[in-house]
Amino acid sequence: MGRAVSGVVRFLVLLPWTTSVALSSIWRLWLLDSSHSPIDWVLRQLGVLGPAENMYWLGQPGLSMTSVIAVHVWRFTPLAAVIVMAGLVAIARDIEEAARVDGAGYWRRMIPLVLPVITVSALCGGVFTFTDIAVIRVLTRGDSNDATQVLASWAFYRSIDGGDVAQGTAIALFLLPLLLAAAIFILRAVRVR
Amino acid sequence: MDSPAPLRRRYAMRHVAARAGVYFAAIVAALVCAGPFPWSLATAFKQNRDLQDPQNNPFVFNQPATSDHVNYRFTDTAFPTFVWNTAWVGGLVVLITLVLALPIAYALARLDRPWSGPVGIAILLVYLVPPSLSLRCPGWASRWGCRSPRGPWCSCIPRSRFWLALMDLFKDIPQDIEEQAMVDGYSRLGAFVRAGVPLVFPGIVALVAFAFTLTASEFIYALAFVAPTAQMPVSTGVSTQFRGDVFFWQSLRAATVLVAVPMALVFNWFLDRFVAGFTMGAIKE
Repeated sequence: MGRAVSGVVRFLVLLPWTTSVALSSIWRLWLLDSSHSPIDWVLRQLGVLGPAENMYWLGQPGLSMTSVIAVHVWRFTPLAAVIVMAGLVAIARDIEEAARVDGAGYWRRMIPLVLPVITVSALCGGVFTFTDIAVIRVLTRGDSNDATQVLASWAFYRSIDGGDVAQGTAIALFLLPLLLAAAIFILRAVRVR
Repeated sequence: MDSPAPLRRRYAMRHVAARAGVYFAAIVAALVCAGPFPWSLATAFKQNRDLQDPQNNPFVFNQPATSDHVNYRFTDTAFPTFVWNTAWVGGLVVLITLVLALPIAYALARLDRPWSGPVGIAILLVYLVPPSLSLRCPGWASRWGCRSPRGPWCSCIPRSRFWLALMDLFKDIPQDIEEQAMVDGYSRLGAFVRAGVPLVFPGIVALVAFAFTLTASEFIYALAFVAPTAQMPVSTGVSTQFRGDVFFWQSLRAATVLVAVPMALVFNWFLDRFVAGFTMGAIKE
């Protein structure tokens, strides 16, 4: 029973990862649509919004950035789960049992074991989000005043859409030191484990 | 010392509470991650006037369901072509990756040359190059005639970069096994093919699954390199079909679900091997 449940949950949790970012962003676009958003419908039913009011999820700089972040979180959750799962499988049972015998409580046992795994998955998430432009491209197209542009998407706009490859490359180059630092930390965390 | 009965009851209660917490967290995670899929599937069968009326409840059918939009996806758009393009580009990427990566990883891990360390770091640096930078950095893409019939081939190239992970896999298997194979009369190539590759097989499966999903959801290269509709993969092909004011919401939804579910099934099937591949060497028998 437990195995079957965990298999089903695993399948469901994996779904966002196997969906193309661009495609999943499309239905987010509907979810956040200016006049048809189901979230607004729920808020209207709850009386938070007036009968014809809307939140304009993608229309205001603060809200649209929140929407972009939410989509990224939804998208990366499965991979983070897989990484943490792999890390937990790798932790030898006897270490945990030895700690338990020595009287360590649940959190005392788990935190030192899990922390390196979480570090790795957090850094991977950072790198993935850093280099992704699809979410912004589909959801906001950077907004009219470039309010939701990140370095990666801006580089794409300048070099491919704007036709200025040199400038786009220069922008993208600014990503490199950050990614390099992330990679060094990932390698260290893996080695520590 | 306490009498055993209340203590046992306390532990039992704690156990039940912990189980309930785990199941609750699992259900919430599953709902958050997979919730949009059934909802999208249902929406794909909604009529336009049902979907477009802001007063309607978006979570139920207010009008009878229709399969027009799903049929439209198959008969009037290039969706089957997109799926086929995604499949063959993904397969090709996996193949090229393996053909290149296996010997490179083996050489770096086993041959023990002074340059193997720096080359490994150089490969890692290539991996770090942001996709938007590697688009046209050397200018080869435009010279090689991308945004042309050769477009899909272009999106194959940059994805072949899983060498490092494979190298770690090779480092983790004991060298004696291949040495024994060579003592028994195999050449280095023979030892690599018959002893090395089978031992890292779970890792290879993991990389295949990973490379395929990454390629299938690839967006930037496909957007930049592939112009003709007939050669687009699913990610760009479908998402470029809502230009202008007309959004074919229902058929877009259908496309998303139709692609995601089979891939999740395959990925789930590989997951145990995937995890085993990630953690090879961590668990020593």
